[in-house]
Amino acid sequence: MARYVIKRIAYMFLTLWIITTLTFFLMHSIPGDPLAHMAKNLPEQIKINYYKRYGLDQPVTVQYAKFMKNVLTEGDLGQSLRYPGRSVTDTILTNAKVSGRLGLQAIAIGVTIGIVLGIVAALNRNRWPDYLVMFIAILGVTVPVFIIAALLQYFFTVKFELLPTTGWGKFKHTILPTLAMCLGSIATYARYMRSNVLEVINQDYILTAQAKGVSPFNVVRKHVLRNAILPAITILGPQIAGVFTGSFVIERMFGIPGLGFYYINSINDRDFTMIIGTTVFYAALFVVSQLVVDLLYGVVDPRIRVSKNSR
Amino acid sequence: MENISPNKFRKVNIDASSAEIIARPSMTYWQDAWRRLKSNKVAMLAIVILSILIIMTIIGPHLSGYKYEELIKDENGRIMQNVRPNSQFWFGTDNLGRDLFSRVWQGGRVSIIIGISGALIATVVGSIYGAIAAYFGGKVDTIMMRIVEVLISIPYLIVVILISIITDSKSLGTMLLSLTLTGWCGMARLVRGQMLQIKQQEYIMAAEALGVRPWKIITKHLIPNSLGIILVSITFDIPGYIFSETFLSYIGLGIQAPNTSWGALASAAQQNFIFYPYQMFFPGLMIALTMLSFTLLGDGLRDALDPKLRQ
Amino acid sequence: MSKILEVKDLNVSFHTYAGEVKAVRGISFHLEKGETLALVGESGCGKTVSAKAILRLLKEPPAEIKPNSQILFNGEDVLKMDKKRLISFRGEDVSMIFQDPMTSLNPTMTVGKQIMEALRIHKKMSKKEAEAEAIRLLELVNIPNAKARVKAYPHELSGGMRQRVMIAIALSCNPKILIADEPTTALDVTIQAQIMDLLNELKQKFNTAIILVTHDLGVVANFADRIQVMYAGSIVETGTKNEIFYNSQHPYTWALLNSVPRLDTKSKEELYSLGGTPPDLILPLVGCPFASRCEYAMEICLEQRPSETVLSDTHKVVCWLQHPYAPKVDRPKSLGGGING
Repeated sequence: MARYVIKRIAYMFLTLWIITTLTFFLMHSIPGDPLAHMAKNLPEQIKINYYKRYGLDQPVTVQYAKFMKNVLTEGDLGQSLRYPGRSVTDTILTNAKVSGRLGLQAIAIGVTIGIVLGIVAALNRNRWPDYLVMFIAILGVTVPVFIIAALLQYFFTVKFELLPTTGWGKFKHTILPTLAMCLGSIATYARYMRSNVLEVINQDYILTAQAKGVSPFNVVRKHVLRNAILPAITILGPQIAGVFTGSFVIERMFGIPGLGFYYINSINDRDFTMIIGTTVFYAALFVVSQLVVDLLYGVVDPRIRVSKNSR
Repeated sequence: MENISPNKFRKVNIDASSAEIIARPSMTYWQDAWRRLKSNKVAMLAIVILSILIIMTIIGPHLSGYKYEELIKDENGRIMQNVRPNSQFWFGTDNLGRDLFSRVWQGGRVSIIIGISGALIATVVGSIYGAIAAYFGGKVDTIMMRIVEVLISIPYLIVVILISIITDSKSLGTMLLSLTLTGWCGMARLVRGQMLQIKQQEYIMAAEALGVRPWKIITKHLIPNSLGIILVSITFDIPGYIFSETFLSYIGLGIQAPNTSWGALASAAQQNFIFYPYQMFFPGLMIALTMLSFTLLGDGLRDALDPKLRQ
Repeated sequence: MSKILEVKDLNVSFHTYAGEVKAVRGISFHLEKGETLALVGESGCGKTVSAKAILRLLKEPPAEIKPNSQILFNGEDVLKMDKKRLISFRGEDVSMIFQDPMTSLNPTMTVGKQIMEALRIHKKMSKKEAEAEAIRLLELVNIPNAKARVKAYPHELSGGMRQRVMIAIALSCNPKILIADEPTTALDVTIQAQIMDLLNELKQKFNTAIILVTHDLGVVANFADRIQVMYAGSIVETGTKNEIFYNSQHPYTWALLNSVPRLDTKSKEELYSLGGTPPDLILPLVGCPFASRCEYAMEICLEQRPSETVLSDTHKVVCWLQHPYAPKVDRPKSLGGGING
């Protein structure tokens, strides 16, 4: 078991390193250089100063070495090109707090409701609760998140003026964005749980439990649920990724000062240091969460946990 | 006991082996799958919807009489911006005075083409890669799959965004490139897994034991049995690619004016959404319908092609 | 001797997309206290469905137990039991073990907990008592190192051990009847013998009545008191062990007996196999269902169902060969018969 964990962590660092390096070199491979379109109109001397300041007068490999050193020793991802003086790391961390709060809320609600709905649907197969849940689920999976967000905005803020359109700061600001983000999770989990529960119900050991005289309620509670929920942990990873990407759109639409919002802006501004920094941050977050989820599953499922021990 | 004539007790010649005729007529796998698909009303509805959508994207731009990039002026020479849907402009006009009906269907061409091409390219590349890995096995397989594992752990949308920024040319080709660059990995794993599983099945061993040549085994057993999964995967992938394109356009990295796609339309409509919701409504509706239909079709195909559900 | 179980006119159908499959067609049988009854027949003959029906484990729909059917446990009709009674009936009055020990145990629950579950429901034991009893049961079924094994998960045990656990679970509440559905089919031959020995030992210890469902007459030989042969949803012959093995009267029974490989089969001899396949149970069957594969079939066999012939208190056959008009047919030579065969 320990060997497995170490191996996975090593892989993770490898992947992160690859992503960071790739991102760095890709950004610097764009024809022209990062400051080009901003520096166009500047007098020559100031231009040279700028370049020096950002180390852009050095060869790429030297820049890379410096970059890696800064990142690894101080976590310093450089300075924003668009807004000189602003540290990339600081900006990321401040905004990440906002996005993080929204994201966690969305996942927590989405997963919980999704699992419950999925179970309800499976236990009422081919009756109206099943159809209703499946309908919601299909919508959640296929309708793009910005449309859902737009609809929500339209109904709740324009037509009925119940909630603020944009802005951040109070709890009511989080309601619509969370709602928009969690629909995807609800849908995915509902579908997944439904098919899981249906599969588990057909297993032989459920018949054994019934033959023992276990009440139908307890058959579901002790036998079906335990086996159906476990695999749901494995899809948590992609859910987290989905929340990231959802955040790009949602934050823009609801005017939330989160990381996604700044990321999109820095892309449009061609603020390369921000782009690199944020990309690496997202990648790291994604890869780490994947690893945690995988390891968590390995701990929780007795089949994996116990057999690894007995190796 | 009733009166039975002794004649009835004459022996009858029964050929027991003729009783081995299978009671019900059997169908080939594909016939059975098609029959099952046909009976799935939801999937059939999805096919109908998709056909209508595709036909509309072909003839749509010509139907309304306005060109999609044309700025339409009224009798006084003023540009007819932001006109609500009426009998002249069935979907209204956008903020530059262009007919939205034509634009929506023109955009549809792009979105659907990207969706289908993206899925096809990723599938072809991934399938070949996976088949090679599965066929050769051993060290080749291990190395090939390690590469895929690392590639898969890089968040998909990050790659898409990065490549889009770098290539910067916004043509259809580069967009496809960015979408498929890591998209094929999932298919590779799937195909390899499926082929490995088939390889281990007893009927393969039986074929080998009967002396069937490897080439025949590949073409008659491995490939046809993988086709089902591949087909289903393509159908499920298409909405994913449409969504990715939509997403890219939404954050500004997609199709450039005057050409358009559904995502670009939605993105442009976003600023004025509160005042002119119809501008987002139509492209949004089309995206949702398309993704929904492909997903439902994929569900239906998967149920139809699953040999375990064969009746 | 008292009849502990009486099945009367049991009819079970399955409603499928292709039509109604009549899996069990009006069978009747009984079980005495402490006796072992074997239900024998090939795959698809309806024996498992009948067994499951006794505990009402069939999912309805698509299954349907027809209204006239009766299953009487000590006079009480199982098919009319309410939910509460049914739950107390299962596991305590009658229990069942299933064919595939690999999939019949919950993979995420320890073996001990699964045994304790029945004990706590029916015998209302506390956790501590149940655990102690579970260990005792594991020892009873000859699982070594029971104290440690109680905390094991199913995938840590071999197939044979898992089946023993199943037996422990089934016998934990001292049921009057144990239904064993092909308990050894999924195990290899040496383990088969061990399991059957265990069942023998336990049945004598607790005087449990057993219904053994199997397709293998070889397994039945040392085990059953009475044997019931089923084909295409109906019982074709029933009798005591001796009557079936030494004086069977139905051609299908002969075929089954012939199919058991014998130690003295010469090495180059072909193994006997009965040609043809069982009939499709969706179709209404005219005449005797076995006629299409029967060496001795007569015209009447194709036209009318034979009625039951009573040969003794315990021996009954359903075959036209028993009719006075039928030619005298003796059992095949290989089964000890004389003149024809």
